[in-house]
Amino acid sequence: MSTVAVIDYGMGNLHSIAKALQHAAPEVDVQIVTNAEQILRADRIVFPGVGAMRDCMQALNQSGLSDVIREVAKTKPLLGICLGMQALLSDSEENGTTQGLDIFSGHVLRFSEALSDKDGHKLKIPHMGWNQVHQRPHPLWNKIAQDSRFYFVHSYYAKPNESSAIAATTDYPDAFACALSHNNIFAVQFHPEKSQTVGLQLLNNFLHWDGQS
Amino acid sequence: MSLAKRIIPCLDVDNGRVVKGVKFVDIRDAGDPVEVARRYDREGADEITFLDITATHDNRDTIVHVVEQVASEVFIPLTVGGGIRTLDDIRRMLNAGADKVGINSAAVFNPEFVCEAALRFGSQCIVVAIDAKKVSTLGEVDRWEIFTHGGRKATGIDAIAWAEKMVTYGAGEILLTSMDRDGTREGFDLLLTRAISEAVSVPVIASGGVGNLEHLAEGVITGKADAVLAASIFHFAEYTIQQAKEHMASRGIEMRL
Repeated sequence: MSTVAVIDYGMGNLHSIAKALQHAAPEVDVQIVTNAEQILRADRIVFPGVGAMRDCMQALNQSGLSDVIREVAKTKPLLGICLGMQALLSDSEENGTTQGLDIFSGHVLRFSEALSDKDGHKLKIPHMGWNQVHQRPHPLWNKIAQDSRFYFVHSYYAKPNESSAIAATTDYPDAFACALSHNNIFAVQFHPEKSQTVGLQLLNNFLHWDGQS
Repeated sequence: MSLAKRIIPCLDVDNGRVVKGVKFVDIRDAGDPVEVARRYDREGADEITFLDITATHDNRDTIVHVVEQVASEVFIPLTVGGGIRTLDDIRRMLNAGADKVGINSAAVFNPEFVCEAALRFGSQCIVVAIDAKKVSTLGEVDRWEIFTHGGRKATGIDAIAWAEKMVTYGAGEILLTSMDRDGTREGFDLLLTRAISEAVSVPVIASGGVGNLEHLAEGVITGKADAVLAASIFHFAEYTIQQAKEHMASRGIEMRL
């Protein structure tokens, strides 16, 4: 039986992601894990997170899990979700400047309060709700229609330095990178665990992915 | 391509059953909440909100079990409101599988609670619910105030100023209910909705008064709401969520179909 480790470092509630993974692939052993040994033993890793970047990095650095994540990110299929995606970048402008894990080179920026939507209304922040995801070819989009809607809730977004890292974009109002990929790593800004059938399909794809893009 | 407006069915839950009262009287039974939530999910609801109106403290565990059951099979955002007064109440709901909690009277009695909750759990899961009622008379400039106790008790707090304050305190979203319209089926208070939505930077959910599908469209087009919430028009199968979304899309609103 293959195993997936959901990393629990105290940032947010992991029950919904664990339940969604189990629902997406009942044959997989889903474990919520807190230590290095459990993470290193798993076949696949889910790196979730909600909340603020500084708290997130503090929790990862204090627990020593940042090094473990850097290590497994070299070989195992890894899925970053929401703050778990943002933490993979070099740094974030949230809470002053916060250093990230630097697995993707680039920055995490805040949506500008000065922006307007296409109807000329002031853009609401957080970006909250179901928005379209414009895919670039990747096995994790298998069986998911182009421009399907996923559920987002965030005020910051990733801006990778290499455009080749972008696995999908979403408009709010300008296009931003809502999914990143590199070898065995995939990361999404939206919440697949809250995105109904398309979200479950993405989780199922990840749980059967060999890490080859 | 852009962000879709949301339809959020609301389940008023009393002792483990879905009920819907008209102006808080004549409470009608609308079924088992888990069953109803499943149906809304199938019909394409963008989120589901549970409002716990159970009066007695002893029966509060019931809503936790409802959320647990729904969260294990319905994978869209779930919000729980009603009786959220402490950080521990929030923790319990999030652990049960809720994604957001609605804070209403506890925010009025102690605004600092909203700060504490947002700092501890993140603004993304803090919805501040505002019950507002028009207090200006004909000919005066429109003015709305916050009311508590199901719309019976005035607080003297201006609704727009309150919404702005709650956002600075960390609210990630505002659930705005017009107490004049709630249960009337006459449509949202569109002036109130628009005034609040244009005043704050966070998304606003319009609530109170939906009687037909055009009311939902008006809430977005005229009221500038980011999401619309309704209960009774969906509970008694007058309309499905799918019909509501199709109607809104036909009025040019971006929807998840």
